[in-house]
Amino acid sequence: MTITTTDAPKSRIDLTRPVLWLFAAFMIVLIVLPLSWLMVYAFTDKARHPTLQNFVTLFTDPSFLDPLLTTAIIATTSAVICCIVAAPIGWLVSRTDMPGRQIIRALVTASFVTPPFLGAVAWELLAAPNSGMLNQLYRYLTGAEDPLFDIYSLTGLIFVISCYTFPFVFVLVANALDNMPGELEDASAILGGKAWTTARRVTIPLALPALVAGALIAFLQAMTLFGSPAILALPAGFHTMTTKIWSLFQYPPKLELAAAAAVPLLLLTILLLQGQKFLLGRRGFSVVGGKYGAPRPVEMKGWRWAALAFCLFVLLNPVFLPYFALLNAAFSPNATTLVTPSTATLHNIVFVFTELSSTQLALKNTVILGASTATIGTILALVVAYVTTRRVIASHRLLGFLATAPVAVPGIVLGVGLFLSYTRPPFVLYGTLWILLLAFLTINLPSAYQQLQAAFATIHPELEDASRILGATRLQSLRQITAPLLRTGVIATWCFIFIGVMRELSAAIVLFTSQTKVLSVLIYDLNESGDLAAISVLGIAMLVITFAVVLAVNRIPMFGGGAGARLRNS
Amino acid sequence: MKGRKLSRRDILQGSAALAVGTVFASPVRAQAPEPVAITSALVEAAKKEGKLIFYSSMDLPVGEKLGKAFEAAFPGVSIQIERSGSERLFQRIDQEFASNIRAADIVNSSDASHFISWKKNGWLMPFVPEDVAKHFPDSYRDPDGMFATSRLWLSSIAYNTNLVKPEDAPKSFADLLDQKWAGKMVKGHPAYSGTIMTATFQLVRELGWEYMEKLAKQRVMQVQSSTDPPKKLSLGERAVMADGNEYGIVLLKEAGQPVEPVYPTEGTPTISGPTGIFKTAQHPNAAKLFQAWLHTRETQQFFSDFTAQYSVHAQVQSKPGRRKISDIKLMKEDAEGVEKMTEEIKTRYARLFRV
Repeated sequence: MTITTTDAPKSRIDLTRPVLWLFAAFMIVLIVLPLSWLMVYAFTDKARHPTLQNFVTLFTDPSFLDPLLTTAIIATTSAVICCIVAAPIGWLVSRTDMPGRQIIRALVTASFVTPPFLGAVAWELLAAPNSGMLNQLYRYLTGAEDPLFDIYSLTGLIFVISCYTFPFVFVLVANALDNMPGELEDASAILGGKAWTTARRVTIPLALPALVAGALIAFLQAMTLFGSPAILALPAGFHTMTTKIWSLFQYPPKLELAAAAAVPLLLLTILLLQGQKFLLGRRGFSVVGGKYGAPRPVEMKGWRWAALAFCLFVLLNPVFLPYFALLNAAFSPNATTLVTPSTATLHNIVFVFTELSSTQLALKNTVILGASTATIGTILALVVAYVTTRRVIASHRLLGFLATAPVAVPGIVLGVGLFLSYTRPPFVLYGTLWILLLAFLTINLPSAYQQLQAAFATIHPELEDASRILGATRLQSLRQITAPLLRTGVIATWCFIFIGVMRELSAAIVLFTSQTKVLSVLIYDLNESGDLAAISVLGIAMLVITFAVVLAVNRIPMFGGGAGARLRNS
Repeated sequence: MKGRKLSRRDILQGSAALAVGTVFASPVRAQAPEPVAITSALVEAAKKEGKLIFYSSMDLPVGEKLGKAFEAAFPGVSIQIERSGSERLFQRIDQEFASNIRAADIVNSSDASHFISWKKNGWLMPFVPEDVAKHFPDSYRDPDGMFATSRLWLSSIAYNTNLVKPEDAPKSFADLLDQKWAGKMVKGHPAYSGTIMTATFQLVRELGWEYMEKLAKQRVMQVQSSTDPPKKLSLGERAVMADGNEYGIVLLKEAGQPVEPVYPTEGTPTISGPTGIFKTAQHPNAAKLFQAWLHTRETQQFFSDFTAQYSVHAQVQSKPGRRKISDIKLMKEDAEGVEKMTEEIKTRYARLFRV
């Protein structure tokens, strides 16, 4: 073996520690500052005197209790629906010989890329009880009076939320199944286990942690989502916790109550994360390490096409129908009338790109924020993931906790926290893109960190140790050994954050100003004034940008490689 | 007092004079500045700034059209329109000013009471365009020259002609409480829209909270902006609009959509939208130019023709074929009353309608 890092001794001084401490300090400011301000506001009155009155109001006023209950129902049912739908699709795509598996993966990615608020608007076009296109079709076919669907209802909202939350479960389940060693199933089969026994005794238990984690993420997503409820719940005549919190910002803003209303969500999240640890804590299945054979795909035989039809039918809801509705509305003079060659118009497109004065600014801001958040976020997550998996500094646990903590904070609440933190010295950032950058960074950090931590966990520290024994500094071994191995994970994380920024509405809605408007806020504003056609045009533009950027990034030769990365960290 | 039939003269001189004039007059009456005409010096100064940020609650296609007309009139000055509900804009401006962000140059609100607060805060810049001094009734301009009413419009009832026969259509607000309209109506939200805030105030004053209580039991579809109900109506999403911009209905009807306005027998809530410049404007000359241009006879005529709203400019004629505002029974405006009741309206409304 030859030592390739012959120039190593020149940098004997290891700068790693100071650099890492700097990162840690940044993380603490990033996360602790807004959360502390939230807590201060939750437990004080207007004059900042300590009080519990905010919580008394919260738990005695039915106008707060109802949304709390509604949110619990939405989060639970959405999580269950997501698991029921995502687990079989994940299994079919990962472990069977169903045709079109890559297409199904791409379509799930498409539904992940679709911002939930855009999906909600699209479903308004499709299933508003009277004007919705599906209901029009139903009435036309059956002559019925009553609508088939009413999207302005609790079930309608749960349906739309599930449509855009199930990809989270899918990714986790599919990844777990992709990485599962085939030998274990083979062993079961060799020992005489029938297909069902193998599934029950081996496959399902191995996939269960991923499914539980997925259910949890779906629950949290549904609980903290703002866009879909804001668009569908108000016309339906009810509030969820997030829309209720948003309504507390109406003039005069009741920030103390808003902060207090966030506390139950925060506690519930922490409780759930602990519960997950308790349930799965001692059941860690070490399936990575060494070379395993690829799992054998299950032969579906005659069921292959039925399985594909099932997947496509499910994907009708988050992808085909909504995209069709948006395209139709973009070219139609009347948003919910089926466009024909003779009625097709470019008016909406002309309006959005030449007359609407906020379009250019919002597009520019969104792309700038998307790219910079993704870049900074990936670096940050990479460092934290490295520190926690390799236990570089003493307080690595704290760092890991800090990186995960924002998951417990609904975006809208984080928005308030950031607003409270950065409208006063020493950091006056409100009114600039910086505050949005911080918000998007904080919101996307947990998933980015989880993703990269998982990626790190698959790389044995021995490789880095070997490099360091051979004289490289920590940073050198990171750059030369770890980075190339992480390439796919890094690209995936970058895309993940970029998409997260495009999807993000709840914090942006609190933090934007006229000069720092982003596309999601513009779309939300347009929805409030009922400009559905303009939303459709902007929404399609947004999707095109997202797909283009994700594709382009996957083509960038990075760390000496140009291989494509999918939205998974395998 | 219940709404009574008012002539145009009455509106211009009587009711609103009480409402706007007495309220906006500050105890110590400062002298309004000298009226300003559009001079080449002003145009040049505006072009040097090159940009204008206009906060407004006007329906977007209408507002952007106005903006494009301004840009066409003065090439070199671009306008960015920040559209949102007036109540939201009010909150945002408050939030931005509190954080020392002075993004807004000029503002048009659909809740005239907002100007009471802004004037009280000392945020407005006195500026009187020549046309305002010459052709605007006293009741529609601030005595200290801080703002002038750029537009007048109504929040009416309306119905979708495909879904409702004219003889079955509601004639009054009282008709909306009929069981047959349960689940078939759409309305805007007073915590978002200044138009709906103003209209709700007038309805509560004339018909009492009982009206709102009964309306809330009708399972009304709740949207935010007063610009949205006309659109939901024309899509056929709901058969009847309980409140919302009458001008939206008129424009949609003229564009061939199946909608028809109804001017309720109790009177139609009336909203005036003043425009004023912020003292802290980053583009003060562009803002002055816009304010002067917006209130000229030409712009007011173009605006009322194009947007189906009404102008208080003495020389503006209503477009042939359109209903004259003097033929409509109106409810009285009372900006000061709105300011006093804003909180109560928001709270009680949220309790009744549960959103």
